Amino acid sequence: MTHRGSRVLHVGSLARVEGEGALHLGLEGRSVTEARLAIYEPPRFFEAFLRGRAHTEPPDITSRICGICPVAYQLSACRAIEDACGVTVTGQPAALRRLLYCGEWIESQSLHVHLLHAPDFLGADGAVDLARTHRADVERGLRLKQAGNAILEVLGGRAIHPVNVRLGGFHRLPTTAELRPLAERLRRARDDAAQTVRWVAAFDFPDAGCDHDLLALAEPGTYAIECGTPTVMPAPGTAGLAADSDRALPTHSFPLHAFGDHVVEHQVPHSTALHSRLDGRRHLTGPLARYAVSGRLLSPIARQAAHEAGLGDPAQGAVCRNPYRSIVVRAVEVLYAVDEALRIIDAYEPAPSPCTEVPPRAGTGHGATEAPRGLLYHRYTLDPSGTITDAVLVPPTAQNQGAIEEDLRRQVQTRLGHDEPTDAELTALCERAIRNHDPCISCSTHFLDLTVQRARH
Amino acid sequence: MPTDARRRPRLAVWKFASCDGCQLTLLDCEDELLALADHLDIAHFLEASSATAPGPYDLSLVEGSVTTAQDVERIHHIRAVSRRLVTIGACATAGGVQALRNYADVAEYQAVVYARPDYVATLATSTPISTHVPVDFELRGCPIDRRQLLEVITAHLAGRTPNVPAHSVCFECKQRGTVCVTVAHGTPCLGPVTHAGCGAVCPTYGRGCYGCFGPSDSTNLPALVPLLHRDGMDTLDVVRVLRTFNAAAPEFDAAARKELER
Repeated sequence: MTHRGSRVLHVGSLARVEGEGALHLGLEGRSVTEARLAIYEPPRFFEAFLRGRAHTEPPDITSRICGICPVAYQLSACRAIEDACGVTVTGQPAALRRLLYCGEWIESQSLHVHLLHAPDFLGADGAVDLARTHRADVERGLRLKQAGNAILEVLGGRAIHPVNVRLGGFHRLPTTAELRPLAERLRRARDDAAQTVRWVAAFDFPDAGCDHDLLALAEPGTYAIECGTPTVMPAPGTAGLAADSDRALPTHSFPLHAFGDHVVEHQVPHSTALHSRLDGRRHLTGPLARYAVSGRLLSPIARQAAHEAGLGDPAQGAVCRNPYRSIVVRAVEVLYAVDEALRIIDAYEPAPSPCTEVPPRAGTGHGATEAPRGLLYHRYTLDPSGTITDAVLVPPTAQNQGAIEEDLRRQVQTRLGHDEPTDAELTALCERAIRNHDPCISCSTHFLDLTVQRARH
Repeated sequence: MPTDARRRPRLAVWKFASCDGCQLTLLDCEDELLALADHLDIAHFLEASSATAPGPYDLSLVEGSVTTAQDVERIHHIRAVSRRLVTIGACATAGGVQALRNYADVAEYQAVVYARPDYVATLATSTPISTHVPVDFELRGCPIDRRQLLEVITAHLAGRTPNVPAHSVCFECKQRGTVCVTVAHGTPCLGPVTHAGCGAVCPTYGRGCYGCFGPSDSTNLPALVPLLHRDGMDTLDVVRVLRTFNAAAPEFDAAARKELER
């Protein structure tokens, strides 16, 4: 349809992402005037109805924000409330939390790599379509995903919204005999995961970079997953480097309790998700950020796989800023998570008690973990009886929205410099640019229509 | 394998206000997914494929609850293009955890979450699909159980009624050989009034059932609530556990209201 000299086109819904949203692209001649990712997911008001609930309830309640990453919600909630109550979980229950999280990483990242993202590189509509030409690869992806789910089922009771997590640890600890068959399966999964890294490394990657600050948790001596300190690697542009530079820059960190001072959410008219900025700047969380901040701490097998996959040596300060290559980083993280799960199982000895008691007290607590798609922060304020008086949840996709919009703008602009893409070609390009970040729109708050607005001269 | 003589039934998966977990359950059928795709034409499943085909559809699986005026229109359209419509999960069947707004002032909720509530369009209530259109079958759970989902789909393919028992979680504890957490440990448990289907997963992990499959076909909450009190829950605890993932299910809603009048 045409009105007032501009053209608006409804091109379709964005597929292979969690939840629904819309994309608005403004073009004037060969330049992009506006790129807006609009999220219309109907608001569900978790932060509002958490007020008045018991301090023991957020792990179960907030897991319902996202069926794709329920463990991330459960464990960010646990850490925040335990922080408010002055309790630290250590020993085997802490190790098992990391094992549970490895299960979610394997499941969710394998889903995205094989079923949602790979079809973009191989010209397929989805996994079923892809299976016609790449059946063995899709089957391997399903096996890997199932191995992740097996961890969640043994340790959590079920794959989606596991029931075994509670404040202070678990309701019940697994026996060594229960974990043994899991280890057998994970040893096979490790070969599958290594094969997937080689598979995706051979894809064709468009040249692209991202000039965003990278934000991930960091934890001494380990690739941070279930805890850590927020750590920032500034955007390459701040050091005069190109957006696609693979050089690391010095990082700085800030205490988790200061998260709200640094990552500030604001509302924009086109979205039911709240956007956030890091110290006033655009930032990106997720695999590229984690790899930049903690890549040197990957296990030797994962680091070598990354090196062979063309990501450079993270121990020598190599980072990856090409969002298309995030599929390789995710595949490396799956390999790492399988390896790490095996390490935890091998070291497992049942603890005397499945959990530490977490008696309520008045206060505010902060918790952050690395959900598969990025840093997830929770903050709760409790009254003396443990009743929640305030809850703040900052999901990764809300943080990434600004970076995704900038990627859209940059990639469409680059394309317009080469030729005159049709609206269908632009739609395909934009959908890929969005899927690079595995956005979880349910988390951030529903239909994705692409509108392209072209100003007429 | 399907033959050309028999057209493959067309499946569609739809999302309303939800967490995506119930439709993810279909992708969690790792052993059956590709075989299912041989028997079914997955015509509309946005979470899994960018190829979408217009209706009519033989079987529509609907996830999520209705919370916007636009979604009211959308569910009527989906019903019109679907031969059978099956709701999957607590949101689609009972309004979900977001039905907690039904007990509050939505304007106040908006003000808590959004600095500019006027940017956000939403209804005052979260309602199940059956409030708006006739539903052929309701699959319970938060989330649904994978085996039950496969049963619903295969029953549809075979043209029979799904074998999904509506009795309580207590039956599943007995089947599984799980010792009763209430009898043995005095742990408060909603199992006696909760719809089966999860396999009694919570009691098996040593905790009381929290009712995520909603009410069973024969609930006796007036008898259960005193047992919850005996085992240490106060009025607020009882109201909270009933008002969680199936808050708007009539049996749980009535019991919570009665408890508040005590």
